[in-house]
Amino acid sequence: MKKKVLSALLAATMVAGMLTGCGGGNTASSSAPAPSSEASKTESSAAESTAPATEEGTVLNIYCWNEEFKSRLVEHYPGYEEIDGTTGKIGDVTVKYTIVPSDDNAYQNNLDSTLLKQADAAADDKIDIFLVEADYALKYVDTEYAMAVNDLGVTEADVANQYQYTKDVVTDGNGNLKGVSWQGCPGALFYNREIAKAVWGTDDAAEIQKKVATWDDFKKAAAELEAKGYYVTSSVMDTYRTYSNNVTSKWVVDGKINIDPNIEKWAQDAKEMYDAGYTNAYELWSDDWSKGFYPEGKVFCYFGPAWFINFSMAADKEGSVGYNGGWGITEGPQGFYWGGTWICAATGTDNQTLVKDIMLQMTCNEELMTGIVKANDDFVNNKPAMEAMAADASYSSKILGGVNPLPLYVASADSIDLSNMSIYDQACNEEFQNAMKNYFEGNATYEQALELFYKAVQEKHPELTY
Amino acid sequence: MSSKKANNVVKYNKWGYIFLAPFVIVYVVFQLIPLVWTIWNSFFENYRSGLVQIGPTFIGLENYITLFTNGDLITYTQNTIIMWLLGFVPQIIVSLLLGAWFSDTRLRLKFSGFFKTVIYLPNLIMASAFSMLFFTLFSDGGPINSILVQMGVFEEAYSFLSHTGSARGLIALMNFLMWFGNTTILLMAGMMGIDTSLFEAAEVDGATSTEVFFQITLPLLKPILIYVMITSLIGGLQMFDVPQILTNGTGDPMRSTMTLIMYLNKHLFSKNYGMAGALSVLLFIITGALSLLVYKFSDNKES
Amino acid sequence: MENNTSKGLGIHARRFIAYVVLIFITFLCLFWFWVLFVNATRSNSDLTRGFSPWFGDNLVANWTNLMAGTLPVFKGLINSLIISSLSAVLCTYFSSMTAYAIHAYDFKLKKFMFTFILMIMTIPTQVTALGFVQLVDTMKLDNSFIPLIVPAMAAPVTFFYMKQYMESTLPLAIVEAARIDGSGEFRTFNTIVLPMMKPAIAVQAIFTFVSSWNNYFTPALILTDEKKKTLPILIAQLRAADFLKFDMGQVYMMIAFSIFPVIIVYLLLSRFIVQGVALGSVKG
Repeated sequence: MKKKVLSALLAATMVAGMLTGCGGGNTASSSAPAPSSEASKTESSAAESTAPATEEGTVLNIYCWNEEFKSRLVEHYPGYEEIDGTTGKIGDVTVKYTIVPSDDNAYQNNLDSTLLKQADAAADDKIDIFLVEADYALKYVDTEYAMAVNDLGVTEADVANQYQYTKDVVTDGNGNLKGVSWQGCPGALFYNREIAKAVWGTDDAAEIQKKVATWDDFKKAAAELEAKGYYVTSSVMDTYRTYSNNVTSKWVVDGKINIDPNIEKWAQDAKEMYDAGYTNAYELWSDDWSKGFYPEGKVFCYFGPAWFINFSMAADKEGSVGYNGGWGITEGPQGFYWGGTWICAATGTDNQTLVKDIMLQMTCNEELMTGIVKANDDFVNNKPAMEAMAADASYSSKILGGVNPLPLYVASADSIDLSNMSIYDQACNEEFQNAMKNYFEGNATYEQALELFYKAVQEKHPELTY
Repeated sequence: MSSKKANNVVKYNKWGYIFLAPFVIVYVVFQLIPLVWTIWNSFFENYRSGLVQIGPTFIGLENYITLFTNGDLITYTQNTIIMWLLGFVPQIIVSLLLGAWFSDTRLRLKFSGFFKTVIYLPNLIMASAFSMLFFTLFSDGGPINSILVQMGVFEEAYSFLSHTGSARGLIALMNFLMWFGNTTILLMAGMMGIDTSLFEAAEVDGATSTEVFFQITLPLLKPILIYVMITSLIGGLQMFDVPQILTNGTGDPMRSTMTLIMYLNKHLFSKNYGMAGALSVLLFIITGALSLLVYKFSDNKES
Repeated sequence: MENNTSKGLGIHARRFIAYVVLIFITFLCLFWFWVLFVNATRSNSDLTRGFSPWFGDNLVANWTNLMAGTLPVFKGLINSLIISSLSAVLCTYFSSMTAYAIHAYDFKLKKFMFTFILMIMTIPTQVTALGFVQLVDTMKLDNSFIPLIVPAMAAPVTFFYMKQYMESTLPLAIVEAARIDGSGEFRTFNTIVLPMMKPAIAVQAIFTFVSSWNNYFTPALILTDEKKKTLPILIAQLRAADFLKFDMGQVYMMIAFSIFPVIIVYLLLSRFIVQGVALGSVKG
């Protein structure tokens, strides 16, 4: 019976494939006035199979979820020629971007299915470069689908100037470095100077740092702020990264979900602060959460990296705290990072030399990277370049009241230790915050919330136990 | 039916098959194959953890057993039905009321064309865009809260999405707003088919509007009403995008707004074809049974 | 007598209530468009402040930023139009045809087919989504519009509606009369049945068009080629932009931009519905 059903299914699929196969070809050629992608694909793959194996491919396929990397290449990569929205040219090689938005996990779904077919794909259809974010980097890095950069010819000496944490994110279980990033996203604590003055009579960074040097100090400061009618942070979620970046164990140990003491400490500290009315449980990026960008929000501090304060805190808006240069910067209780994009080479790429060169240029070339800092206000992944700029007295931030924040970022980037990442980070971090929200808001006890967390993680990773 | 007529019908029989053919062919290719594949998979352990494929291993009914024993299925079915009813009951009442008003010859509403056009408009907004607006309006610092606080309804801002009742209420409200126009249009299209002379005759007989509505409109509207009931029930059981986006997929608080399809969606994340397949089969059975119940129930009333 | 006065008063009171309720409902329906268009005139920083009932001054800037970006906005508009209108046409035409097959003919498998289609109506679309994408992959139809358009031909829900509608408005005597006049079956369907179904077709065409227009889930899995993407995918892409480009003002502008065509299509088709009302009364 089983066999029958299966063979019927197979037959049906095959017939369907034949029926619609020709239909597909028709529309492709009639609806696309530009050189039809399907036609050119088959042509070039035919050419490829006859060409000698040593020759490099003519199409460089890049998988990404937005245009950030593309615009960096366009602006900074030597000899790059932009053709249209999703194609470019480097020498004789056509660069093709496949941009799939990250909503609903669409980017990873698409990348996964393409990578799984990578071995059978025609040379010019194979993915050459794909981009990943830290939260799920190991999902790809820990497999053979990502190439060790060593095998491409990128040596340890080449990447020596990169921050260690950016390498931790993309190092697999065997210690192979499998990706590189041009960005660093070390974070700091931004505090509202007016509020600091109102509560403690000073907005001096060193004095404020004393108030928030450890989480216990932080809680004490929160109580003092609350007494004067201020919130310490906009939401308990603001501090999560800082705790989760400083764990001493992995989320999963021997197939069992493990709650690191620092993670549990976050839950308890957060609950304490929420119950005392020091803060709220808003989701990041919600309207309520961003109220503190303005003085009326009465929020003492936010945690974030350079891009956050430069581009996300409404500093261009009259009346906001940032517009008036009202933020101060200090390291806060612990170092952390937020954001960043990593470049991985896909196994099977037929453009190894070019991929290697892109990696070297974008992530190791100090001059090019300094250019990125100047043009895009990005914090780049190059220690000497950033340290030089940190020492430069002429560089200062208006939003931060004329302070040069780079020395702080540089120090923070050095202190981040991400050796405890695992492929389960994205699922665990997301679900832990989701579940604990119920605990904070009084809809569940800690145990119930934890139960919900386990359940949610198991739905995403059924092989795990707890 | 006379035998002559029956003969005629037989002569044209083959056209029934011809007219059915496109539907059947397309259905088989694009939906039946994936469906059979889904059912087939429900008997396997088959998922992806990261990029590592686990299975497929034949495990018989284990997926079904897991679904029944962990108790979630009943909770999520309940959630779904409660939220559907919260939205559907006001929806059908308002739609019938509007339909009755629009078709009431004595009421002679002005601008009815405008009103008829306006009611469907909310459905044109994408659910994701709609919920972005809802977030803004119902946030702690949003206009709804500030109005309610000023009116003295609440002492301080009320977090609508952090309480089971109000979270479900908001989801129902959004569904109501998005779909009541749809229902009204369907009912109105049905009412167009009603012979207006019936209304005129009733008016001559001195029937009240209420009588006309219950004695004439409603019975004649029955085929469309059954359609509305069943499709809304099916749509309700498939409720997904509004609660998914409004709660960011969590079904908070404590999964009290988690619907069956949101639960299914959780398994799609890990490409868990086994569990998703089993859940799909159960969903199919639940929906089918409930639809049959509605259909039978309305059929019985006729006889 | 008593009855009459109370009825007279009742009419005025009822009319008043009806107007109040209708105005309230109109407000509930139009309010969202107001907020949406207001938001499209505000800048990203402005939007972080939350709700505002009045326009900002960033309308032109949002529009130029959107146009200056590399997203193929107009191409997306055309793609969305192609997919949605073809879906609506195919869906309503073939659903009517299927419903007609069940309604007008008496063949052996009729009962079975009807029950079968009702049964499959209860299958949630998400259930088969995974299998569907796999199938599309096997057929090498990714980045093609076919898997987004052709399946609309088999829409059980639309079929069911057409069937119910025919039951209440299409007497078989008309079909018989056409046969006596020598009209072929196919012609009868196209020239007699379809015109009679106009209101139902308009209604279902709107529904199909709108749901296809707003669909993100399936197109996002199938269309990855920039030149083939539909508007909802582009909106999602805009929302996934990096920090340098992230701009909610543009997102709202894009949403407003993509709602505009649907409103026009809806207004065009809704005239059919109103006409249908007129037709009904003439018939009576």
